[in-house]
Amino acid sequence: MAFRPLAVSIDPIALEPLVAHVETAGRTRDEGIGAVCTFVGVVRATHQGRAVRHLEYEAHIALAVRAFEHIVREVAERWPHAVLAIHHRIGRLEIGEVSVAVAAAAAHRAESFQVCRYGIERVKQIVPVWKHEFFEGGDAWVEGPLADPSNDDLRRQAMERACA
Amino acid sequence: MRVTVRFYARLRDLTGSRQHACEAPDGATVHDVWRACVKAYPAIAVLEGSVSCAVNDDFSAMNAPIHDGDEVAFLPPVSGGNGTEP
Repeated sequence: MAFRPLAVSIDPIALEPLVAHVETAGRTRDEGIGAVCTFVGVVRATHQGRAVRHLEYEAHIALAVRAFEHIVREVAERWPHAVLAIHHRIGRLEIGEVSVAVAAAAAHRAESFQVCRYGIERVKQIVPVWKHEFFEGGDAWVEGPLADPSNDDLRRQAMERACA
Repeated sequence: MRVTVRFYARLRDLTGSRQHACEAPDGATVHDVWRACVKAYPAIAVLEGSVSCAVNDDFSAMNAPIHDGDEVAFLPPVSGGNGTEP
């Protein structure tokens, strides 16, 4: 299948294709690309003091891709020459496996860090992915914010974290 | 009119089903569909006020009107950070 820069997949995530994509896609923009910043989220062995056995991720896939596209549009407003790619994995993940990867390309490193941080913060806020945690002695859905791209307070919070 | 409702994550656990066919009167909103679902599956009332929604694979407001044949998805809070663990 052709590489898609914004995707939800049951297959393991490979970071290098994301890096290659953002670098190539941004090469002809403005000054070109001088930095690619990546973020990789992995399954942690503990959560709120509990020993995690494994996780099961579930998504509304079509809507998740829409949410990724929404994040890319937000990035373009603030950083018009940057390029962002995001892959999120679903299904059963063991401790240490990669659940999400973000690659952000920009002309200079400062901007690449900002775009990458903004990207992952927004993923956590608005992308319809749910995490079912299986720990020693039970299981629970891990729930955070309501997925609502029009919530400007959340968007501002993500921008503040990105640009801190 | 008739709409198809899809439940995800904890909502699916609480209803025990992924999908629900729902009859709704003309002029109904997404929130009306939610109320009908709460009647059909009282267990999901615990998520009242804590769901967002999508209509036909795009984000929607709870007060948006729905149309015959629409697919309505109710979304429990997502897994992302809660703001205290940046």
